[in-house]
Amino acid sequence: MGVRILFFGPLRDMAGEQEREVPAPLDWAGLLEAVGPEVAAQLGEDRVNVACDGKVLADKTALVARDGDEVALLPPVSGG
Amino acid sequence: MARLSLSTPLDVRLLEKGLSAGEALAAFNAAHGEAGGIVSFLGKVRPDGGVKALELSHYDKLTLAGMHSLAQAAHDRFQLVGVLAWHRIGVMTPGEPIVLVATAARHRRDAFEAADYLMDHLKAAAWFWKRERRSDGWHWIEPREQDRIDLDRWN
Repeated sequence: MGVRILFFGPLRDMAGEQEREVPAPLDWAGLLEAVGPEVAAQLGEDRVNVACDGKVLADKTALVARDGDEVALLPPVSGG
Repeated sequence: MARLSLSTPLDVRLLEKGLSAGEALAAFNAAHGEAGGIVSFLGKVRPDGGVKALELSHYDKLTLAGMHSLAQAAHDRFQLVGVLAWHRIGVMTPGEPIVLVATAARHRRDAFEAADYLMDHLKAAAWFWKRERRSDGWHWIEPREQDRIDLDRWN
């Protein structure tokens, strides 16, 4: 089953796709490697959040995604 | 026409198609007979800057749940009788409604403030990503400093 990585907002354009499946388990280092350098650079910024299994992580670097989890990469929300 | 059935005290929705503010407010008013006043805000896609279309994307695991928490927070903070918070997703054209909030309270001040509170939070803290199509293609919309300032008013 693996882990599904979902890309939102501008990260979707950078990734060139809406989602990507990678083998489980997935930690922070694995995530940075799986998404490519451009998205990884964005993930390094404070304003980009990561949700695992529908919950926004207080510390994204503590990510531990297991088989079947969904990891969502959330850039800052757009202004009005 | 059959009257819309709303859930009370909170009715929170993501809509893939257009919304009728008149119908929604009639139903909201009917659902909250004990309110002394109702305030509503309808946000529309601004018809300026050469924007041909606006697309809103969301995350199904977070966006609606976040809007529910927000509606509950407004309900508790301003002692509301009822809250309606409807947000469009998908592609819209200028002039189309994008968001409707309505607040029902015993007294008007709470209803006005709660609508303002809901809108500031929906703009700056709800999980929506927007991009607009201009003559040269699609452009993602960045966060705005003013939205953060508006949000900070409530802390």
